[in-house]
Amino acid sequence: MKATEIAEKVSSGEMSARSVVEHHIETINKIESDVNAFNLVTAEQALIDADEIDSKIASGETLGPLAGVPISIKDNLCTRGVETTCSSKILEGWKPPYNATVIEKLREAGAVIMGKTNLDEFAMGSSTENSAFGPTRNPHNLELVPGGSSGGSAAAVAAGFSPLALGSDTGGSIRQPAALCGVVGVKPTYGRVSRYGLVAFASSLDQVGPFANTVSDAALTLEVISGHDPRDSTSIPEKPLEILEVLNQGVDGMRIGVIEELSGKGLEGISPDVSSRVEEAVKVFSNAGATVESASVPASIYGLSAYYVIAPAEASSNLARYDGIRFGPRTEEATTAETMTATRTKGFGDEVKRRIMLGTYALSAGYYDAYYGKSQRVRTLIMNDFAKAYEKFDILISPTAPTTAFPLGDKTADPMQMYLQDVCTIPSNLAGHPAMSVPFGFGEDGMPVGIQILAPAMAEREMFQAAKVLESESGKDIE
Amino acid sequence: MVKILNSLDIKGWETVIGLEVHAELATKTKMFSSALNSFGGEPNSNTDPVSLGLPGSLPVLNEKAVELAIRVGLALNCQVQKSVFARKNYFYPDMPKAYQISQFDLPINKEGWLELPDGRRIGIERAHLEEDTGKITHIGGGGRIHEASYSLIDYNRSGVPLIEIVGAPELRGPDDARDYVSELRSILVTIGASDGKMEEGSLRVDCNVSVRRDGTEELGTRCEIKNINSLRSLGRAIEYEAKRQIEIIESGQEIEQQTRHWDEAEGRTHKLRSKEEAFDYRYFPEPDLVPVEPSEEWIKEIANSLPPLPRDRRHLLAEAIGVEPTETSLIVERDLDTFALQAISSNADKNRVLVHLENNLADGIGKLTPEAFASLTVMETNGELTATQTKRVLADLVESGGDPQGIAKSHGFESMDNSELEEIVERIISENSDDWLSYINGDETERKKKSGFFVGLIMKETSGQADGKIVNQILSAKAEN
Repeated sequence: MKATEIAEKVSSGEMSARSVVEHHIETINKIESDVNAFNLVTAEQALIDADEIDSKIASGETLGPLAGVPISIKDNLCTRGVETTCSSKILEGWKPPYNATVIEKLREAGAVIMGKTNLDEFAMGSSTENSAFGPTRNPHNLELVPGGSSGGSAAAVAAGFSPLALGSDTGGSIRQPAALCGVVGVKPTYGRVSRYGLVAFASSLDQVGPFANTVSDAALTLEVISGHDPRDSTSIPEKPLEILEVLNQGVDGMRIGVIEELSGKGLEGISPDVSSRVEEAVKVFSNAGATVESASVPASIYGLSAYYVIAPAEASSNLARYDGIRFGPRTEEATTAETMTATRTKGFGDEVKRRIMLGTYALSAGYYDAYYGKSQRVRTLIMNDFAKAYEKFDILISPTAPTTAFPLGDKTADPMQMYLQDVCTIPSNLAGHPAMSVPFGFGEDGMPVGIQILAPAMAEREMFQAAKVLESESGKDIE
Repeated sequence: MVKILNSLDIKGWETVIGLEVHAELATKTKMFSSALNSFGGEPNSNTDPVSLGLPGSLPVLNEKAVELAIRVGLALNCQVQKSVFARKNYFYPDMPKAYQISQFDLPINKEGWLELPDGRRIGIERAHLEEDTGKITHIGGGGRIHEASYSLIDYNRSGVPLIEIVGAPELRGPDDARDYVSELRSILVTIGASDGKMEEGSLRVDCNVSVRRDGTEELGTRCEIKNINSLRSLGRAIEYEAKRQIEIIESGQEIEQQTRHWDEAEGRTHKLRSKEEAFDYRYFPEPDLVPVEPSEEWIKEIANSLPPLPRDRRHLLAEAIGVEPTETSLIVERDLDTFALQAISSNADKNRVLVHLENNLADGIGKLTPEAFASLTVMETNGELTATQTKRVLADLVESGGDPQGIAKSHGFESMDNSELEEIVERIISENSDDWLSYINGDETERKKKSGFFVGLIMKETSGQADGKIVNQILSAKAEN
């Protein structure tokens, strides 16, 4: 059932929040052992929260727009008193003393938290195989990965564990797993959603966003979690988004560009399945009255390289605090320095260590300009190229990922192959622009394909209008 | 001041000093969160997710800290500019995030100067904002890190706003360095930026010392000395370090650039690390904060709200008295300049104001009013009171206030009738005729000596009620007759 529908029925008393939550717990009990979407299922608390909502409704209180709607939370968002691990051994057992701003907003809106979902350790990866607590599997085919890093959240929505989930997107970590799991995933404009309480990976790129089965549910969730937060200095001083009021306005007259560097022949390693779905999407938009043409964002091809300097550089600093001194498990040694080293050696997985080393190197004296400085200049170049493209187009499209879901273990031996999964999504993070993935049919392999819709900063409304059109024509519209 | 060096050792050498002063800014809350900024208190009571660097926490800049930093910048004649926060990365347990949020290539204040009480201007390279670290206490092993059985960390200080004021290497000795820190401290306190308490660590000094042979322009290799906790240690550390460096160079070796630790008990510096072992801080712009761009309007508003600075006060008082500004520095330092100006505007004798404030009011003015002070100085210069009597009345005024005339009267300090005094003088002269002859015929030295002799006798005779000045006038008048 759609989130909007649940909220309506719970608010009107037609359905109890408890029954909704019980239904979802049942689904979890049935197949979670196969999928492993969660690091922690908070079923007991979810039922308590549901009862509280029901009693509020019974006493005539008006509830928020997500009354009684179950939601799963990526395990890198702080939940007060509830273990928050980032799927890392180094944070095992850590219970934050505070809630992330998005958690507060969800609770105010009446949402019920079902649990904390699995991710690639510290959100570093594209398959959720880098989790210290075992990989998540794709609900459409358990032999395949769900994508990542928010693979647990994407899988939770795809498997029916909750109609909504939150993830974080640093280089595609919401959009790519959304595409691979056949759900909607949104990375908002940088600063649109508060990062307070999101455990940082790369602060200048991280952004929290929703997963949902439908475009309108994703829009509703984004409306709830967006808006200025004084606790996040990079938060945009704007009121929460209002998307639903324009969601059905269509794309008639809209100018849509297909990014040639990230689609079709322009993109190395793109699977024919994905290519043909992009062509299909073009037809849908044309038929809906949009002008669709090829667009060029030349610098986007350098996005991946710039990203793999900037993100690890910031990560090397953000992850330095995990030293076993104040929180998390500690491996005790003779001296403080040795204790810190041993704690980190034992606590971090290989991919995290790889990126910490990469980032430390890139920021080192004598290398800063050649690596970090240059990457920041590439970032500016990408922004400029996007700005040029948006002179001609209202929105841009591309595939979300070059391929459909791939088998577990397929790319774990070759980090570069894994990194290429994010080639289409990274440019939006570097530019700070919104982008989302909309499920649009299936490949020959029967696995879902996602189309990425990109928009200029702050243009979430137009982005969602286009997504809605695509969804309506995809045969997946369950309204 | 303990002198370690004899003059021979340092002859031919010049000590060059540049100071980095960290001052805790007097804000209510911390630099990047709403935890309280207050000294003392239960360990780890003034903390929150931000000052503990908990995962997911984010810094939000305290506007008051920026305002105070701008006050410091303006008071030090700096350019206030758009600034960017940067992360300074290094591992240490007192640093909860393993990076310190500081400012690197774009500090909020740059290129200013501070005027020493002697009128010399010392360059200020920059004065930037940063956050303080926590405080570690080593337990066991005499409090030293290597012998300690364990260490405790108090994060109450973590995230307290600091301003780091980097001075140019333009100081030339321990006295200079102390004068600079005193002056800076007094500026910081005057403008309300910091309480300036060195003993509570709210003012900390790192000291860069190098030496060079007299007459050379090129700077020598410097060493940075840490852990200086008082003005006294500052002077001692500089003297020790300069001597150490001179000895090394004179023995034909070269100075290694080092960070050294001042050991107060041993009275010496120890090597902490060499340049090669120095941290690579991997500075990069702090992505969790946006650049600080104070508006021209705001800077102007802050400039207009600045109280008169010690330098201005020295100049103002010096002008009122008619002396050089260097002569009024002690009074300004004691915060008695306003009092002095009030007394002067009540027609006090300017020079006596200066003398009494410097010599006789070191412990404060108590209940003394500027008006009473003014009339006292007038009484003194009119000869109504002798210097000794004036001091006595002054002490009473400080103690319990009141009117100088009344107090003088109650002590019986009524000025002697000159004819009465003249009689006494004549009697004393006749009783000591040999000495009187020496007074009349002796050379200047002899005359001085004898004048002291006579004044002493006359004072004794009059129980101190005679005015020494007048006695001398009578004596010289009689000598000429």
